[in-house]
Amino acid sequence: MSILDFVQKVGRAALDTCVGTGRLALFAVEGLSHVVRPPFYGRMFGRAMLEIGYLSLPVVALTAVFTGMVLALQSSTGLSRFAADSAVASLVVLSVTRELGPVLAGLMVAGRVGAAMAAEIGTMRVTDQVDALTTLSTNPMKYLVAPRLLAGLLALPLLVVIADILGVLGGFIIATVKLGFNSGIYLTNTLDFLRTDDVVSGLVKAAVFGFLIALMGCYHGYNSKGGAQGVGAATTSAVVAASVLILAFDYVLTELFFAR
Amino acid sequence: MSDPVPKIRLRGLTKRFGDKTVLEGIDLDIMPNTSMVVIGGSGSGKSVLLKCILGLITPDEGTIEIDGKDVLRLDRAEREEVRAHIGMLFQNGALFDSLPVWENVAFGLLARRAVTRGEAKARAVGVLEQVGLAASVGDLWPAELSGGMQKRVGLARAIAAQPDILFFDEPTTGLDPIMGAVIDGLIVDCVKRLGSTAVAITHDMLSARRIGDRAAMLFKGRIVWQGQATDLMNSGNDMVDQFTHGRREGPIQMELRR
Repeated sequence: MSILDFVQKVGRAALDTCVGTGRLALFAVEGLSHVVRPPFYGRMFGRAMLEIGYLSLPVVALTAVFTGMVLALQSSTGLSRFAADSAVASLVVLSVTRELGPVLAGLMVAGRVGAAMAAEIGTMRVTDQVDALTTLSTNPMKYLVAPRLLAGLLALPLLVVIADILGVLGGFIIATVKLGFNSGIYLTNTLDFLRTDDVVSGLVKAAVFGFLIALMGCYHGYNSKGGAQGVGAATTSAVVAASVLILAFDYVLTELFFAR
Repeated sequence: MSDPVPKIRLRGLTKRFGDKTVLEGIDLDIMPNTSMVVIGGSGSGKSVLLKCILGLITPDEGTIEIDGKDVLRLDRAEREEVRAHIGMLFQNGALFDSLPVWENVAFGLLARRAVTRGEAKARAVGVLEQVGLAASVGDLWPAELSGGMQKRVGLARAIAAQPDILFFDEPTTGLDPIMGAVIDGLIVDCVKRLGSTAVAITHDMLSARRIGDRAAMLFKGRIVWQGQATDLMNSGNDMVDQFTHGRREGPIQMELRR
């Protein structure tokens, strides 16, 4: 392969990335514009809230409880080397609210809901159901995409509130039952170190992650083509893209909130 | 006396995908209250033609007039208004599998906020009866229906808003001959009852003659023949004769990719 061929391939890849990013940005803007412009599809929004929020609750709750438990156990064994066992409560609550609650809930929901969204909309695309919507005087962006984007934005923070509580509870159970911490002191330490910023930053992260999950699910599903294989590829792309974006935006948001 | 305005008039309609020209300068008039059948082999551009008229694909050149209005020049709201008078039966039914049958049928009515949900359900049941389906079918899910029933529900959805224009994309594909005849009969009944203009694309010759008043043949993106549907089997055009009689030899050669 000559240098010219190599440069051409790199250039084409860069151009494709720019085009893809532009398409995604336009899709997001159009989807969001339909969130605030009537007609509104309340039933579709309710269904999306149920799917993203309520039905994801078991998996997010289990993840949060076990994460809180592991965190208490790990931090206790680590901190005891420095005779800093009393910091377990604060470490658990800060880790869960600032970081692990939104990120782990986001990743679990991306796997569960992002894939389902891409598969459902993708199947509708390849079986002409999206075209059928258009012929029935219904804008597919308004009917399929806008309710999901809004639901993603609102449902994930609600899930993360529950994940935060359950994560702290998991840590509390391990600390008091297994590690012999005094329950009153543990709770006091937890509440003393927790600030409003910690919780709010986690909820803002959750809202951004929820939006990204819904956006990736809708975008890849909406643009899928080529039958079952295309829908499968769209589903994979939606989950991978959402997961990577969650981790990338987690860093960006942490930098915005906490970097001094 | 001036000539009547065609319900649908296509002039110079051209559509390309990359360097492949799928439609090339299509000129076609479809008069009110007639049924036009467009025949042609796979890949001849039939579905693209239908999607262009429906506004699902934007052509590269040419005009599409419906009731004398160039729909390509209309704004979004005006185009929505034109589309509100069009019904479409998709090849595979394209029923919304997340909705029960009655909501599929009443979808257009509910989308336009024209009726309450209760009224919509009553209307849907009435339309289902028109296509020979019992009221109880309304509460089933599309996945619970046979292929023939899905086509009937698709037809019911297409006619529910009593459109002026009906499009049918391969209405009998995938059905047994008896069910095909039933669907064709329902299509003819619905078109007559509503006084609609119909456009069907098909490569089922029996269906074409049952549904159509007029017929046109599309080959490599061009209209190569048009006439009465009754003349399809003896059109005098070599291409149409080869196609309608299913002959291997003739002017149409199957292109095989190497």
